[in-house]
Amino acid sequence: MTAAPTTGAFAAPVDLNHPGHYLHWGVVQISVANLVVMCLMVTLFVAALLLPFPRGRRDDE
Amino acid sequence: MTSSWTGAVRRYALRRLPSEKLIPETQPVYMASWIYVFGVLTVSALVVVLVSGGVLALMGPGWWHVSGVGRYVNSVHLWSVQLFMAVMVIHLWGKFFMAAWRGRRVLTWMTGAVAFLVSLATAFTGYLVQQNFDSQWISGQAKDALNATGIGAWFNVFDFGQMLMWHVLLLPLAIGLLSVWHILLVRVRGIVPPIGATAPGDGR
Repeated sequence: MTAAPTTGAFAAPVDLNHPGHYLHWGVVQISVANLVVMCLMVTLFVAALLLPFPRGRRDDE
Repeated sequence: MTSSWTGAVRRYALRRLPSEKLIPETQPVYMASWIYVFGVLTVSALVVVLVSGGVLALMGPGWWHVSGVGRYVNSVHLWSVQLFMAVMVIHLWGKFFMAAWRGRRVLTWMTGAVAFLVSLATAFTGYLVQQNFDSQWISGQAKDALNATGIGAWFNVFDFGQMLMWHVLLLPLAIGLLSVWHILLVRVRGIVPPIGATAPGDGR
């Protein structure tokens, strides 16, 4: 099944209707899409640890 | 007055989980961290997964192939699952490095770990019931590994009806029950304090 053609502002930033790009490193083979998702998750994890959390109401205040 | 098992269940439930623990007004100060947000993000994504999956189930397995609205709901289902898995794994990382099984929270940790594994199985059967070449390819790749374990006699990845039943009934039921159990255990034991911090009322 092919997706309906999209143009202009509705065009997807990444074309998912073509074979993906793969990285090869010895026996390791990984798609760029999977690598991007993994990097995003690690970034989100580190950001969650480091970014300050908005302070709410405290009983002792 | 005679005692009954319903009364015994009520007394046990209220003793283990009084209302102020079930729906607390305050939380320990160490909860003010973004890493504690990923548990509830996982639950939120799961609700979207279940609602969009429920609509797909209501309309039948062929609907999303022939309807624009069906394709949209199918996409909501797919991407909410991607979000669910991503935030669940970040939740898992946070709890692993926090050693969240401390303080008699082993069962909380285990129910979460098993819910994660059942989620993988649910996502796998979801890929198998797409009814396209992708699902056919995944079934072909998976059958040898599964048959090598001997489970193929009961779990046939080429049987669309069987995989659909696992995907829309048995596995979501297991995830739902495990999630409720997991959340109730979090309420009973409280959220795990960071390493070195002391939970309120813990004295340690």
